[in-house]
Amino acid sequence: MFKVYLSVFIVGGLLCVIGQILLNKTTLKPANILVVYITAGVILSFVGLYEKLVNIGYAGATVPLSGFGYALYKGSKEAIINDGLLGIFTGGLTGTAGGIAAAIIFGFLVALMFNAKTKK
Amino acid sequence: MKKISNQEYKQLYEQKKPKEKIFLNCVKAFVVGGIICMIGQGINDILVKVMDISKENAASYTSIILVFIAALLTGLGVYDEIGKFAGAGSIVPITGFANSVISPAMEFKKEGMIFGTSAKIFTLAGPVIVFGLLSTWICSFIYYLYRVIAL
Repeated sequence: MFKVYLSVFIVGGLLCVIGQILLNKTTLKPANILVVYITAGVILSFVGLYEKLVNIGYAGATVPLSGFGYALYKGSKEAIINDGLLGIFTGGLTGTAGGIAAAIIFGFLVALMFNAKTKK
Repeated sequence: MKKISNQEYKQLYEQKKPKEKIFLNCVKAFVVGGIICMIGQGINDILVKVMDISKENAASYTSIILVFIAALLTGLGVYDEIGKFAGAGSIVPITGFANSVISPAMEFKKEGMIFGTSAKIFTLAGPVIVFGLLSTWICSFIYYLYRVIAL
């Protein structure tokens, strides 16, 4: 139990450190970082490396946005196995539907309820 | 005291100042990002072990719950405060994605529900979803071809 949480902390932490280095050393903005992470997650899942990272780091690998890329590709792969060609189009969003729908729905509701704080 | 030219001063500045800052930023990002992931693992474990939800569904629920928490904290203005401290530690986790969806939606609220809130929800989510889907589509297509040829 303790060991699991330790590896979650380390893997998740390290993935964030890579993001921090990109943020400080390159001209990438937070939005670029998110795009880089999701694309990297998809490609690393495609070559089979991300699965290994998930087996080591659990939520430490799935909670960062690269894990979202992993869910995209995993969903797509499963859909291809089940539905063939159609899966290429349907699988990715199926695998990430929960997160995307939650972000849009909760996002809308929160924006209705709260006002943006004026920036100082 | 030794006199130095502007250029030397700049060089010294580049050498000394950012390095320390980067290291400290990385430590902060590491700790906060690690903690957010541990919270995710905690939610996941409760769902699987206590509530008896399947592993696949628990992963989706975990994302949804983390997004919900991030949405609420963004609304309350707390997430931006965490972001000032944690940098990438609050951007890289899925909570950072949620924050990037909600912040512009809130900011452009005064432009109306359609062209303000609803349209701006996709300002940052749009690129993420486009690139995510595009790369998935390409990789999946290669995988599909591989299956067709290999099987």
